[in-house]
Amino acid sequence: MNTSLATTPLDAWHRSAGAKMVPFAGYEMPIQYASIVGEHQACRTSAALFDVSHMGRIRFDGDGSEHLLDHLLTRRVSDLPVGGVRYGLMCNAEGGVLDDVLVSHLKTPSDRRFHLLVVNASNHQKIIDWITPHLPDFPTVTMSDRTELTAMIAVQGPKAIDVCKKLFTFDPSRLKYYQATITDQFKKPVIVSRTGYTGEDGLELIVRAEEANRVWENILLAGRDEGFTAVGLGARDTLRMEAGMPLYGHELNESIDPISAGLSFACNLQDRTFVGSDALRAIKAAGPKQVRVGMIPEGKRPAREGCDVLDLDGNKIGCVTSGGPSPTLGHPIAMAYVATQHANDKQFQIDIRGKSVLANATPLPFYKRSKKV
Amino acid sequence: MPRDPENLLYAESHEWCDVVEEGGAKIATIGISAFAIEQLNDLVYMDLPEVGKAVTAGEEFGEVESVKAVSPLYSPITGEVVEVHSELPDNLDQLNDDPYDFGWILKVKVSDDSNLSSLMDAAAYKKQCAASG
Repeated sequence: MNTSLATTPLDAWHRSAGAKMVPFAGYEMPIQYASIVGEHQACRTSAALFDVSHMGRIRFDGDGSEHLLDHLLTRRVSDLPVGGVRYGLMCNAEGGVLDDVLVSHLKTPSDRRFHLLVVNASNHQKIIDWITPHLPDFPTVTMSDRTELTAMIAVQGPKAIDVCKKLFTFDPSRLKYYQATITDQFKKPVIVSRTGYTGEDGLELIVRAEEANRVWENILLAGRDEGFTAVGLGARDTLRMEAGMPLYGHELNESIDPISAGLSFACNLQDRTFVGSDALRAIKAAGPKQVRVGMIPEGKRPAREGCDVLDLDGNKIGCVTSGGPSPTLGHPIAMAYVATQHANDKQFQIDIRGKSVLANATPLPFYKRSKKV
Repeated sequence: MPRDPENLLYAESHEWCDVVEEGGAKIATIGISAFAIEQLNDLVYMDLPEVGKAVTAGEEFGEVESVKAVSPLYSPITGEVVEVHSELPDNLDQLNDDPYDFGWILKVKVSDDSNLSSLMDAAAYKKQCAASG
């Protein structure tokens, strides 16, 4: 085993709960505690607790941090009100995606405003290295890596808000989707945001590392009768796939631009200049060469990442980026990039390790939760 | 039906094998062990060969897929497939409960059993599982 792997503050808890631990983005992380399908279903019907402490949390303090982030993100940050959270991309000069991130604008109890960037674990150091040379242009801004000092817990599922409402002194239902606040919970400051990566309603909490176990166990206990379950990375992946959400390293990488990835909504190109904006404007004007599509392979056999996508004549037109069984829908699902001229094709073939399987096009997401009335 | 798991032979790659004499021929029934099924977890798909296909000891004869991954199935014996358990791929959840009876995958008419001695008995296989589990 690689001894240089990092662990999260919840590592001992995962092991005592019998989690199967795997190396992931430099961390030892739980892939599953029992059954991936069971954990997936707990998130869709009750609520799931995810340890996402491996994701990077980078804080920006000082005047002008919004301008630094404006310069680096495809989404405008300077008009993000306190309490707002925004999804955006960080691109290189060619428009390739360095990472997809969430940026929050927050205010401490002593009224200090700051921005917090949550980045993918696999890109954490790369993003710090990317931002560092830009800092001298914004001398009043300080960047601090908060990842090791804090833990991050996602509570996701239809019962997440109701249970947390009973447990917290703060009413999380007051937050709208993509809003965040700092609040005292369990007598310690917690950043609470109404965000997630599962297609369900829920919260993501950032707490001090030493508080992680107490917060985690409190929430699990409060939701025990409702079926709250600790859920590993295995089900996190099937959940986000059903929700049609891109995953860095699969749907996104430095040779894919956000326009092709179907993330134009997260690129504010009008009247703005940021790193990569010229390239993205050119791609938008010319039209992307490939587009991200959803497909349902016929039969039970899942198409996996790397399988070729063919047109009905057998010509290669693309590649599967994520694929597997959908526990909620009961059949396989797949996301793929295909050449733009095939964006509206109704049917494809997927070469699943030497055997061609017919696949029907379907709009993303595969699964959409029913909104509460 | 296969014998008790204690009396079966096991491959390093977690298939079990039960060789019996039937009408002058040696017939091997092949499946995957309870340990492997537990490790694979959440099986969703199994790909079986057709009757009549030749299989070779140590070489792939099919695939089993869990939610997360594809795992090849290796034949513990050399011969010709004479029967496949066609109901199994549609009832993979039952493999968990009954890997050594309902869970049989293939019957192979053995043409060469020279590798049988390299398969493990139950005690040796148990040791391997304990070391990797």
